[in-house]
Amino acid sequence: MGVGEFFTTKLDEAIGWARKYSIFQYPFVTACCGMEYMATACSHYDVDRFGAGLPRFSPRQADVLFVVGTISQKMAPVLKRVYDQMTEPKWVVAFGVCTCTGGFYDDYATVMGIDTIIPVDVYIPGCPPRPESVLDGLMKLQEKIAQGRQRY
Amino acid sequence: MDGPAILDRLRARFGPRILGTHAHRGDATALVERAAIREVLGHCREEPELAFEVLMDLTAVDYLNLPGAEGRPRFEVVYHLYSLTHRHRVRLKVPVDAADPVVDSAVPLWPIADWFEREVWDMFGIRFAGHPDLRRLLMYEEFGGHPLRKDYPITRRQPLIGPKV
Repeated sequence: MGVGEFFTTKLDEAIGWARKYSIFQYPFVTACCGMEYMATACSHYDVDRFGAGLPRFSPRQADVLFVVGTISQKMAPVLKRVYDQMTEPKWVVAFGVCTCTGGFYDDYATVMGIDTIIPVDVYIPGCPPRPESVLDGLMKLQEKIAQGRQRY
Repeated sequence: MDGPAILDRLRARFGPRILGTHAHRGDATALVERAAIREVLGHCREEPELAFEVLMDLTAVDYLNLPGAEGRPRFEVVYHLYSLTHRHRVRLKVPVDAADPVVDSAVPLWPIADWFEREVWDMFGIRFAGHPDLRRLLMYEEFGGHPLRKDYPITRRQPLIGPKV
């Protein structure tokens, strides 16, 4: 280990620290989980204290894609396109059981888990998940973001 | 007019083209031959004593694999009619073979049949002859198959969402 690695490691950690406390999420809200998302984002279970208080409703401006609510098969190409339009680094949170595994929908028109279409970083189960679960998931996402390494 | 009286009138008017009737638990039901359904529906609507102005529902049933239903035609198209003047109801059922799933459309009689028949086409694959614009109603265009048929596999992966990543 040389002195050079020390500086790049510290720089990685600094960048990871900065990224995890400035999350610009894109809340891709389709269904009932949106209510719990809103409850988490508002003043009682404030998500702004984690640095994630500014939702960007454009994939170009966001770095975390919160997929909130059931994704039907008709919506799936839209979700894929939105994910493709986001720039690196990007993360995906599957919010609610419908996005994790399809939820209680076992039918011909629902995508049984968005990880069959796009890669997912954090799964938050619940129908809908309580705001405490959402914040727990957010903190796990922050740990993951903090571990990101740059390529020098 | 009560249920059995309605069925008696239909049997008297159409004779052998009414394949069967029953009034189980107060629901007057008549099984109608496929070729006669347009005439029977027209009679139900126009005849002043019957006066079924409202088509409450038009749907279908798939009897594939039902124990005791071997030998019967696979599908049945079901019409629920209601009369506002006389406040009576009737149900008409038309047995349809899987080999030739076509029924005359009820659109000339009741405009609401347009969407009901599109839903039946979408979910069961039963065509309606004379329908102005028979296309899918609930599912998207690229969807393959008819999902409410009993042999539609529930885990089938449609091409729109691609193979699993």
